Amino acid sequence: MSQKLLLTSKEVHIILHRLACQLIENHLDFSNTVLIGLQPRGKYLAERIKQILESDYNISNIQLGFLDITFFRDDFRRGEKPLEANKTQIDFLVEDKKVVFIDDVLYTGRSINAALTAIQSFGRPSEVELLTLIDRRFSRHLPIQPDYRGRQVDAINNEKVIVKWQENDGEDAVYLVTK
Amino acid sequence: MKELSVNHLIGIKYITKQDIDLIFETADHFKEVINRPIKKVPSLRDVTIANIFFENSTRTKLSFELAQKRLSADVISFSAAQSSVKKGETLIDTVNNILSMKVDMVVMRHSSPGAAHFLSKNINASVVNAGDGAHEHPTQALLDSFTIREKLGDVGGKKIVIVGDILHSRVALSNIFALQMQGAEVKVCGPKTLIPIYIESLGVKVEPNLRKALEWADVANMLRVQNERLDVSYFPTTREYTQQYGVTKELLDSLNKEIVIMHPGPINRGVEITSDVADSQQSVILEQVENGVAVRMAVIYLLASKIKN
Repeated sequence: MSQKLLLTSKEVHIILHRLACQLIENHLDFSNTVLIGLQPRGKYLAERIKQILESDYNISNIQLGFLDITFFRDDFRRGEKPLEANKTQIDFLVEDKKVVFIDDVLYTGRSINAALTAIQSFGRPSEVELLTLIDRRFSRHLPIQPDYRGRQVDAINNEKVIVKWQENDGEDAVYLVTK
Repeated sequence: MKELSVNHLIGIKYITKQDIDLIFETADHFKEVINRPIKKVPSLRDVTIANIFFENSTRTKLSFELAQKRLSADVISFSAAQSSVKKGETLIDTVNNILSMKVDMVVMRHSSPGAAHFLSKNINASVVNAGDGAHEHPTQALLDSFTIREKLGDVGGKKIVIVGDILHSRVALSNIFALQMQGAEVKVCGPKTLIPIYIESLGVKVEPNLRKALEWADVANMLRVQNERLDVSYFPTTREYTQQYGVTKELLDSLNKEIVIMHPGPINRGVEITSDVADSQQSVILEQVENGVAVRMAVIYLLASKIKN
C-alpha cells in the first residue's frame, strides 16, 4: 500500500477560504440558506466552512445540520459488511430553503443520490447545491456534479482518496492511497 | 462494522449483551427518524415480511406493522381467526405456503411455547418471535429496557421489580433475561399462586409485599392480570388482588422516592394500577409504545441486513 500527498495543510486552508467565498457570492447573508454536512466525513468540512464564514466574513446565524444517509442507501444487503448508521442532527425544516450539501469526496454520486432522497424527510428545499473538497473525475455512476469543487482528482478504482482533518486525524491533508 | 450474532430473534436468552447494545444504538437512530416530518426510510424496499398472529394482539401487531412500513418493507398480515388454520392446516404448512410467495421474514405470535424456535429450524426465512405462549416476548423486553435506559440513563445497576402474574407471563421471563444480562437486579412480586416455583433458580428474588418491593425498586413493571389464561382460580377475587398488588397514587406518594412505572399493556385500569397512576408523570407507558416502534425497526433492520440476496 502506497500513499501520495495530494493537498498539504496550506493548500487545504486556501481551498476552504475560496469555497467559503464562492458560497458567499451565491448566498450573501445565508438568511435563506442551510448547510448540510453528510455523515460521517462531510461533517468536518461543513463545520470548517461554517467557522470560516463566521470568523473571517462575519456572517452569523448560519444554520448547519448533519444528515446520515445510511437508511437511504441503495446497497443495503448488497455489500459484504452491514451498514452502520450515524447521527442525523437537523433541528430545522428545509422547506423553501436553499440547501447546500457538503461532503469531503464525490466519487460515484450514490451518496448524494441517497442524500437527495433523505433530505425530503425534512421538507421540500427550494434548491439543492453540492460542495465537495475532492471531485474524483470519470468515476460517476450517476449524473451528479458538484457546484463548488475544491480540487479535481483523477484516480483509478483501486485507489482511494482520504481526507484528513486536524480535529479528528491530527492533520489537515488529502492523500491518494493505492491498495 | 457490527452485526447481530443470530439470524432469528427467538428469545432474549439466545442473544448477547453486545446484540442488545447494537439494537439500542440502532433504535436511537430510528427514534430520531420517526420524529421527523416524514417518518419513513427506504432501507427495506426489497424485503417482504409476513406477520402471522395465531393469537390476538393489537399493540404488538400494529407496532410491528408500523415498524415494517416505516422501513418501506412489503408487509402481509394474517390472523389465525380468519385463516385455514381453522380448517386444520399445520403450522409448517401454513407458513411454507406463505413463504412460497417469496417472503424473507416471518414475525409470529403463537400460543405454544417454542413455536418460534420450531419454525426457525424448519423454514428458510428469518423468524422474529412476537410472543410464544408463556415462553418469551423478546421485543417487549427490549423496548422495556430501552425505555429504562432512556429514562434513567443506564439499565446496569438499576433495581427493577416485576409485579403481577409472573407464571403466565412471557413478558416477565424475557424481561428477567434482558435485565440481568445488562447488569440490573430483578425482583418479582405477586400472589404466591402466580409466581413460578423455579423462579429463584433464575437469580430472581421474590418479595411478596408490594410496599417493600416498591421501596426497594427504581422501576416497577406492572403486568396485566391475564384473565384469559387463568383457567383455575389463582386468587379469591379481583378486588382482593387490587388491594394487595394494585398500585395507587397514595401508595406511590407515600414512598420516599419517585419510581418509574411501566406497563406492557393493555392496562386493566383499576386492577393492577389505578387510572391516576397510569396517567401520572411517573408512568412511561406511552413512551414504551413509542419506543416499541423504534426498537422493532432496529430488530427488523438488523436481521434483514443478514438476509443475503
